[in-house]
Amino acid sequence: MHKIESKNINFYYGETQALHDVSLSMKENTVTALIGPSGCGKSTYLRLLNRMNDLIDNTNLTGSILIDGQDIYAKNTNVDDLRKNVGMVFQKPNPFPKSIFENVAYGLKVNGITDKKIIEERVITSIEQVALWGEVKDKLKKSAFELSGGQQQRLCIARALAIQPSILLMDEPTSALDPISTSKIEELIYELKNKYTIVIVTHNMQQAGRVSDTTAFFYMGELIEYDKTKTIFTKPSQKQTEDYITGRFG
Amino acid sequence: MLSSAATSITVVLIVFFLFIEGAGVFTKKPIEEGFLLAVHSTNPIQKLEPSQVKDIFDQKITNWKQLGGKNEPIVLFRTEDITEFYSEAELGENFEHFPAKIDEYVSKTPGVIAFFSDKYKAKNFHGKELEINKIKIFEFLSGEEWFPTAQPIAQMGVKALIYGTLWVSFGAILLALPIGLAAAIYLSEIARKRTRNILKPLIELLAGIPSVVYGFFGLVVIVPLIQSVFGLPVGETGLAGSIVLAIMALPTIITISEDAMRTTPRAMKEASLALGASHWQTIYKVTIPYSASGITAGAILGIGRAIGETMAVLMVTGNAAIIPHTLLAPLRTIPATIAAELGEAANGGLHYQSLFALGCILFLITFCINMLVELVTNRGSHKKH
Repeated sequence: MHKIESKNINFYYGETQALHDVSLSMKENTVTALIGPSGCGKSTYLRLLNRMNDLIDNTNLTGSILIDGQDIYAKNTNVDDLRKNVGMVFQKPNPFPKSIFENVAYGLKVNGITDKKIIEERVITSIEQVALWGEVKDKLKKSAFELSGGQQQRLCIARALAIQPSILLMDEPTSALDPISTSKIEELIYELKNKYTIVIVTHNMQQAGRVSDTTAFFYMGELIEYDKTKTIFTKPSQKQTEDYITGRFG
Repeated sequence: MLSSAATSITVVLIVFFLFIEGAGVFTKKPIEEGFLLAVHSTNPIQKLEPSQVKDIFDQKITNWKQLGGKNEPIVLFRTEDITEFYSEAELGENFEHFPAKIDEYVSKTPGVIAFFSDKYKAKNFHGKELEINKIKIFEFLSGEEWFPTAQPIAQMGVKALIYGTLWVSFGAILLALPIGLAAAIYLSEIARKRTRNILKPLIELLAGIPSVVYGFFGLVVIVPLIQSVFGLPVGETGLAGSIVLAIMALPTIITISEDAMRTTPRAMKEASLALGASHWQTIYKVTIPYSASGITAGAILGIGRAIGETMAVLMVTGNAAIIPHTLLAPLRTIPATIAAELGEAANGGLHYQSLFALGCILFLITFCINMLVELVTNRGSHKKH
């Protein structure tokens, strides 16, 4: 069974159709990269998986998305619970204007965990998981804004991991970072794969090639090709995919 | 550049004028012009404080020894009392013997204190004219009685007016803040775009209604309501003023807090929601803390409006210059006092100047409030970077 299974998705922002009949499924504990030129619908697709698009007025969705076999757009789905299971990391690091510790503890606190010991344990584990512990262990009480961009982004990943999701969505997580921070995050993604199902949107071909097991190429709201990353980058079956990957357009 | 210079100069001139006029209170004797206080020539008292004179005429002080003089009961004498001692024939048809008779009465009564007009002072007056001290700033601020036209001595205690102003404003903000905050949250976080586009201009319209109309509304609707709900003899109370002011302060509080909440970056809200926080958790853990400085500014500006409001308060608070102990008592505010009394005060007189001094106090209060807003908003914007 697939971890994430989406069937015949059509998605509209008002009158504009952003996704055309997209069907895409992902296996557990794999990394899937979504690539394509700007405005192709890859971020829209990603944000459907934790219902982030609900925040936008006047949108419409047809088709179904199943996570662990449950329709996440069913009437009886609790959106807050869904988002606990499907963590998200955004394009720009967006820590809260709070201390480093409080940033990671936030998700635990809003989910009703009050035991200080458990919170502390989970915060430390999550920060260790993103290999940030050595850098911040002496300044947990300091504002998260004092960290560098790359550290902030790793903190945001730690924050997402603290509530123990099974899926992690990443929306161009390294686009605002320098090459060194980027490679650290990529290493991290590689390690996290063992425990989480990761879906990553990226503009960076090399990154998609390096971190993902499967790659989906979107163009103009349609899913053009979806295959093993190796296949996509070496023998794509569609001409559009080849053109995009080789840099002829996009 | 030129216009801002002109504006600054105008403001400085107005403030300067206000303080010059207001300072006049402290350079004048609080006795009506053309009148004097006199005692028996053997009385050792030379000078009295305004408050002492008042206590004497209120018969709270009844013996000169209480003021450090001889053990002699105080006998009060006002001009009109003369008819009790002398017949109309003795005083003359046109009161031409008035000065002589007053002189005679004062000379033969050792404990007398007489208050009469200058023109009835005999040429060789045998009594002793009393000196009255000027009003001190401390007395002005801490005095509890406001009778600026009282005789023989004007009472210029503004404590009751300051308390009245602060009570009404405090009550108003207590009512307006929760309602305003709730409305701002609804508008910025919950309402759909269409609802907001209808509601926001409506709320802003509230700010454009003339205050006298609010006063009228308060007088006709709120005052009778308070009277019947609390079973009071009169409904004109501090509470009525607070309610009317709260309604008037609402548009300020709502629009400023709503603007502040809407500046909360989307990324912050999304980060919170993506961690499984509910909409409400996100509102009170992310949106409100993030816009706290804007909300505070809105609240303080709302208070500022309430403190300076004149007409509506004048109409519904009952205007009794007494220190209020509950919001269900009538009270009087500084702006209402100025508006109600300036027309009756003689230009350049003590009463007139005391109203200007009240204006100075009001100016200082609102000035401090505006400084506070500056401080809060600056600190807020500093924090975000």
